[in-house]
Amino acid sequence: MGPEAAEALASCLTLTGNFANPASLQHDFGERANDIVEKSRIEIATFLNCKANDLIFTSGATESNNLALMGVALTYRNKGNHIITSASEHKAVLDTCKHLESIGFQVTYLRPDINGRFDLECILTALTNETILVSLMHVNNEIGVIHDIDRIAQALKQKNIFFHVDAAQSAGKIPINLAKSSIDLLSISGHKMYGPKGVGCLYVRNRKRMNLTPLFHGGGQEHGLRPGTLPTHQIVGMATAFRLANASIDSDFQHAKALQQALTGQLNTLEGVYFNGDQKNKLPNIINVSFEHVSSDSLIIALRGEIAIASGSACNSGAVEASHVLRSMGIEGDRLYGAVRISFGRYTTDTEIQRAGQRICEEVTRLRALALE
Amino acid sequence: MIYLDHNATTPIDERVLDAMLPFLTTFYGNPSSLYRPGRVVRSALETARGQVASLVGVQPAQVIFTSGGTEANNLALAAGNPDAGLAISAIEHPSIAEPAQRMNSQGRELAIVAVDADGLITQEAIDAIIRRKPGLASFMLANNETGVIQDVAAYARQLRAHRIFVHTDAVQALGKIPVDFNQLGVHLMSLSSHKIYGPKGCGALVFEKGVEINPLLLGGGQEQDLRAGTENVAAIVGFGKAAELAGVELAERGRRLLALREQLEEGLTTIPGLTIFARQAQRLPNTVQFGIDGLDGEMLLMKLDQKNVAVSSGSACASGAREPSAVLTAMGVEPELARSAIRVSLGQANTAADIGKFIELLKSLL
Repeated sequence: MGPEAAEALASCLTLTGNFANPASLQHDFGERANDIVEKSRIEIATFLNCKANDLIFTSGATESNNLALMGVALTYRNKGNHIITSASEHKAVLDTCKHLESIGFQVTYLRPDINGRFDLECILTALTNETILVSLMHVNNEIGVIHDIDRIAQALKQKNIFFHVDAAQSAGKIPINLAKSSIDLLSISGHKMYGPKGVGCLYVRNRKRMNLTPLFHGGGQEHGLRPGTLPTHQIVGMATAFRLANASIDSDFQHAKALQQALTGQLNTLEGVYFNGDQKNKLPNIINVSFEHVSSDSLIIALRGEIAIASGSACNSGAVEASHVLRSMGIEGDRLYGAVRISFGRYTTDTEIQRAGQRICEEVTRLRALALE
Repeated sequence: MIYLDHNATTPIDERVLDAMLPFLTTFYGNPSSLYRPGRVVRSALETARGQVASLVGVQPAQVIFTSGGTEANNLALAAGNPDAGLAISAIEHPSIAEPAQRMNSQGRELAIVAVDADGLITQEAIDAIIRRKPGLASFMLANNETGVIQDVAAYARQLRAHRIFVHTDAVQALGKIPVDFNQLGVHLMSLSSHKIYGPKGCGALVFEKGVEINPLLLGGGQEQDLRAGTENVAAIVGFGKAAELAGVELAERGRRLLALREQLEEGLTTIPGLTIFARQAQRLPNTVQFGIDGLDGEMLLMKLDQKNVAVSSGSACASGAREPSAVLTAMGVEPELARSAIRVSLGQANTAADIGKFIELLKSLL
């Protein structure tokens, strides 16, 4: 987390800070906490260019995704029981869809092409008279591929179908303008943009009219859509992080791009290197790469303690399982089982990347030699 | 400034903040990652789980971290057979009462049992629940408004014999009185961090092994596949530290708070027309709720606020509502008197001088 966000957060904790319950409007302590929450809401809304009233604070993107999908499905069940998503979504969307299937919904899981992209025509072809919702991520968390959500939103709006976007990976990294787009629901996470863990938000266009069904009940906070005491400190931490991320959105992107070029250049000196995902249309801070004859686990273990790389997404990495994202793209064999994700950020330096590239090259060469013995 | 609203929330203990700070900046790993920063965080998470488990006398694997008490309560009511009936008392927190009502509107049977004039669930109520044989009964251990402590252990013993699951919302009791999961004999228990000098945005559901938890948040596999989402590491670490401190200092805190409460009640009883609600019942050492004949409670709260004294009418979650407290109404308190309710909930930083000033101020405003 960025120092400024950490500072804002820490100022809402102790007796000398704004520690009160933001729902305690019967006293000044509570009112001050409430002011901080509402200012934070406005700050985030300003950067997304949406109404502050349409933003609901949650415990993170996973909850936002659950709320968006379950909320729309349960409220609009009488309009239709078909939902479209993709096989390369985050587990928070996929597992929620599986649950929806178990209670009678039909879900179409679109398959991306070999580069992780979706064709708008494929989405439109999958629509039926029963379709109520399409849920796709803005940027894939494993391969970094950016999807043209505005174009999809435009097409779905004409057909009167709700469009949910999981923007956990993209918010604060590439601009999102909800006034110019017709996205209906958008999930954001605090901790993917140098904010705290355990907080996120869900944008709900025309919140009142959409009338989402809540996941939790009781207490009335967030217009009853998400009850529970609001964690003031986490909310202000997220808003501060979001403000900083947006202020440096261009320089962060250029910085990541330079690091990406340096690292891919270094890795390309090896034979049998495959970069996964559409390289022309992706976030530069995520590199998904496979090395022939080297399993991702052995490489991760070899570099443990030096370089933080992962196989697939962090949420799945407790289990040794091949990436469902790459699998959905039709990637198989060595390229599937050897894929690692290298992601870096604002605070990653040229020297670190150079060192990382060098160490990866060394270990890949060493592991390959062992494999051939 | 005198803050007397600790049942709404507590400020974080400085020692808790110190424990949290490194996890806000230095250790930013995702606990599910295999690489080293992730493992440091994972280990801190498990330490915290142990601290919370130890405070209520369970194994760490029986603790699922949630975003707070509200989520824990919602998760508890969804446990077990979702088609079996539910029983709750008339004085539950909205985060029990509202999901129960909603489940009822979707076809799940719901029994709401009454409390007596002291706010206690009666033996007749327990007998009635046993006759109805719901799948799950939920009773709060201590009430957030009156502070009344229920004999949950006695209810659980009887209901368990009839294979009825028992959940207790221990959010207000934790850190104020001893709370032992096994002694209470319940199947499920909700906890919250921000009522025990820990951070907001964090709580836990404690469960007996074998009780089926039906997750509300899906995707990611965290918390034994029972609660998805990247763990709120700093808050969980803070909750753990707060739990540890609450355990070590419980007796001393209890004694101190009770002495302050006695001082407060002594002062209050000199005010004519003042009623301390459920005065005869076992109550939390920090909580006093009272009403004054013919008084506008909201007006008094405003006047106290202007003098920099923070108290509440009752539950923070219900703030803004002008209706008389559902808890007091359930106890048979006249609506007029219930509307005058003021809740004072004491905490660590309060002193005898604060109580003296409060009584003096209260008298001057009447």
